[in-house]
Amino acid sequence: MPEPKTDVIQGTLDLLILKTLSLEPMHGFGLARRVEQISRGVFKVNPGSLLTALQRLERAGWVDAAWRDTENSRRARIYTLTRAGRRELERQTDHWNRRAAAIARLLRAEG
Amino acid sequence: MSIWRQLTRGLRVLTSQDAADRDLDEELQRYLEDATDAHIAAGMSPDAARRQVRMDAGSALIVREQVRESAWESIVLRSAADLRYAARRLRATPSFTLVCVITLALGIGATTAIFSAVNPILFEPLPYPQAARIATIWDRRPDDGPLPATFGTYREVAERSRSFDALAAFKPWQPTLTGPSQAERLDGQRVSADYFRAIGVPPAIGRDFERGDDVVNGPNVAIVSDGLWRRKFGGDTAAIGRTATLNGALFTIVGVMPPRFDNVLAPDAEIWAPLQYDRSLPTGGREWGHHLQIVGRLRRGVSIDLARQDLDAIARTQVAEFRRVPWSTMARGLTVRALQDDVTRGVRPALLAIVGAVVLLLAIACVNVTNLLLARGAQRRGEFAMRTALGAGRSRLIRQVITESLLLAAAGGAAGIGVTAVGVRALVAVSPPGLPRVTAIAVNAPVLAFAFAATTIIGIVIGIVPALHASRDLHVGLQDTTARVAGGHQLARRTLVVAEVALALVLLVGAGLLLRSLRGLFAVAPGFDPHGVLSLQVQIAGPAYTDAGAIQRFFDRARDAVRSVPGVAAAGWTSQLPLSGDFDKYGANFESSPTQQGDSDTSALRYAVSPGYFETMRIPLRRGRPLDAREENPRAPVSVLLSESLAKRRFPGTDAIGQRLHLGRTDLPWYTVVGIVGDVKQTSLALTEPEAVYVTTAQWYSPDRVLSLVVRAHGDLAALTSSIRDAIASVDKDQPIVRVATLDRLVGRSAAERRFALVLFEAFAIVALVLAAIGIYGVLAGSVGERTREIGVRSALGASRADIMMLVVGQGLSLTSIGAVIGVAAAAFASRALTTLLFGISPLDPTTYALVVATLTAVAAFACWIPAWRAARIDPAVTLRAE
Repeated sequence: MPEPKTDVIQGTLDLLILKTLSLEPMHGFGLARRVEQISRGVFKVNPGSLLTALQRLERAGWVDAAWRDTENSRRARIYTLTRAGRRELERQTDHWNRRAAAIARLLRAEG
Repeated sequence: MSIWRQLTRGLRVLTSQDAADRDLDEELQRYLEDATDAHIAAGMSPDAARRQVRMDAGSALIVREQVRESAWESIVLRSAADLRYAARRLRATPSFTLVCVITLALGIGATTAIFSAVNPILFEPLPYPQAARIATIWDRRPDDGPLPATFGTYREVAERSRSFDALAAFKPWQPTLTGPSQAERLDGQRVSADYFRAIGVPPAIGRDFERGDDVVNGPNVAIVSDGLWRRKFGGDTAAIGRTATLNGALFTIVGVMPPRFDNVLAPDAEIWAPLQYDRSLPTGGREWGHHLQIVGRLRRGVSIDLARQDLDAIARTQVAEFRRVPWSTMARGLTVRALQDDVTRGVRPALLAIVGAVVLLLAIACVNVTNLLLARGAQRRGEFAMRTALGAGRSRLIRQVITESLLLAAAGGAAGIGVTAVGVRALVAVSPPGLPRVTAIAVNAPVLAFAFAATTIIGIVIGIVPALHASRDLHVGLQDTTARVAGGHQLARRTLVVAEVALALVLLVGAGLLLRSLRGLFAVAPGFDPHGVLSLQVQIAGPAYTDAGAIQRFFDRARDAVRSVPGVAAAGWTSQLPLSGDFDKYGANFESSPTQQGDSDTSALRYAVSPGYFETMRIPLRRGRPLDAREENPRAPVSVLLSESLAKRRFPGTDAIGQRLHLGRTDLPWYTVVGIVGDVKQTSLALTEPEAVYVTTAQWYSPDRVLSLVVRAHGDLAALTSSIRDAIASVDKDQPIVRVATLDRLVGRSAAERRFALVLFEAFAIVALVLAAIGIYGVLAGSVGERTREIGVRSALGASRADIMMLVVGQGLSLTSIGAVIGVAAAAFASRALTTLLFGISPLDPTTYALVVATLTAVAAFACWIPAWRAARIDPAVTLRAE
């Protein structure tokens, strides 16, 4: 058995999706699997949250979605990062790094 | 964020829901298949892989809901579903829906109709540029009340004050227009040159008045209203420069006012001409008579308060440059008011009282519908419990109930617009004469916006309590299939009924107080006998009437002609007719009166009459002799009559007969008092203004051209009117006869504001009473329905029918009496707002309260009786078997 999976931290799913799509366009399940793989199985993404997030990102104009045929000739909705999405990814990455650094400092502090 | 994408994606879902669902389903399906494939690739059996995916992903249906719910359009879809469901529920209970809609329509419609009148009159700025800068100025009576100004006041203020950009004096004017068509009497105004600049509305065509127009014997120029211009001059711009014959003189038309010009200071005026008073202020002339109004436009930055201080300082410090006559009132100070405040002052108390009444009515309507919704909620507990069991959350149920109440309110509001349309017409029909801005009372955009806002708020308000109740303790509901639990909602419903009774009582007390005031007012003796007296006004003008002799001859011959009409018993002329709005006062200065010295008010009403006036009006002669043929000789020594009160005030304990006085001009020989007559109500039945001096028209120094004829006749006055008209026309057919009215009607009209308030209060109170009765009935009927079993048990245990009826009636009447106690306390507080409309009774008048409580109790008892009767007929065997 792999170690227990945790749900994606609230509010970070958008960042994970944007980052993953910045590598290459992808469909829903591909995204979920890639997030799990890269996080070495720490993050588990359920389809409800993922599709909700994709709908939100698409409407925000950060990703585009289009139905295309895939390698095994099955149709899939492929998501692509837009230019606005790339800017948003940078913004959220900076934001995340700042927060993570701050939390790390807090945890290091003793006494 | 891309609002455009949000909008288009959402709309796409809304317009083709099926396609959107298919899209989402396909994507999800693909996801699950991929996940299953991945598990198989990792070595699972296909079955195990599918199970694992279902465990991980959950139900496809729930995933779909989750994605859907996160988008904005889901709110629209959900509301639409709620709305459809609510509409279905309401259609299923048509009688309930109808009662609610009618109740709300009455409440919303009445409120909106009142708003349509109150908004333009009290709240909207007057339709002039920077209307808040327009003010009116009045001289002061000894009691500091407003007194029409003199031209002397106007001239001094105009020249000394620096508070105004434009200042104008004006007075009513009713010229007769003659020409190729029939003579027509017009309503108009004589105004200073700056009148239209003060109001801020210049003529649309032609020119405004100029300084040069407003001088003694200045040019005869006139400005006409758009309506008159279209009616008499064919709406032709060439009318400018043409002449019209007014009172026999040629006037040049110089301007036409804009079509929508609303002249609040004289709403009926159609023609304006310059005032042309003498700025040198001769002592004996009209320049020192209190008969003008003053309107001014404040300089930018000058507040009403600042202007008030400025004018007070001017009034209190006389300077040599501006001479004042001895009877000038200026030293008392001046009254300055905002124009809107001034023109709405008379009707404001009535309007505010009516607003209060209609708010009460609306509150009762809302309480009633809330109560009906609660009762229905009780019947629907099973349905709500079922929906909760099926997964509907509390907020979902609350939303459902509120949607229903909003839908009810919307239907009520839509029907209410119909009520408003009728109401507005009725309101204008019963409005008191002189109500300002009547033309602006209509169902227009602000009124519709008000109705919409009111409907929305009411929809939520009436839904809150039922929604909270419906969503409470639902687990009980499902267990309890027999609906025996009365519990909490009965308490809420009883509280609401008590509130309803209390509100209705406040309205009823208001209506009762007004009714008794009006009764009291009409019981006041006006000082004359109005029954069987017809009055009409004749205004003579034209080149034939330039000297006093010709004027007097016309009036004498006209009177004689009228007297010879069969059925006429007596007829006489008077310069001012009681209760007609006429008001004419002069200084009455006695040669030797013990009380005159130091009295700040020596003025008295001046009546120029023909000797037959007293006989016609049946004004009693108290002492001395009446005016007779001796006083019809202009060259004889002038004899006058005093009113009883004036005689008492000036000569307390002594005889006024034989005393001498000046009335108006002080440079003439003394007038001698020869008799004392009874007091007469001049301005209104509610006001006491009893000081009066009567002189004959023949002996008055400046002949009146406008006199009212009073005719006492036997039989039908209306039938006599045309013969009386003919009789006057036989003397001179070109003199228009106006203001034909019976004195009974004038007496009635003098209470018009109170009657206006009363009519509306009565209507609202009756509706309130019916609604309260429905409320009591509804609660008791519901309670009897829920207590069927208990009542069955009681009668099985030996309670008689009478016992059971008493049980139900007692319950209803105890609610009524709690409501009545609260209502009486509230009414005692609220009716103080009616004080200015009351006459002769206190706002706490015990008789009114007793009668109202008795009426309400009787109606409540009737409302209790039907459910009580039904309860008494419950068959214990049937009820108990049903368990």
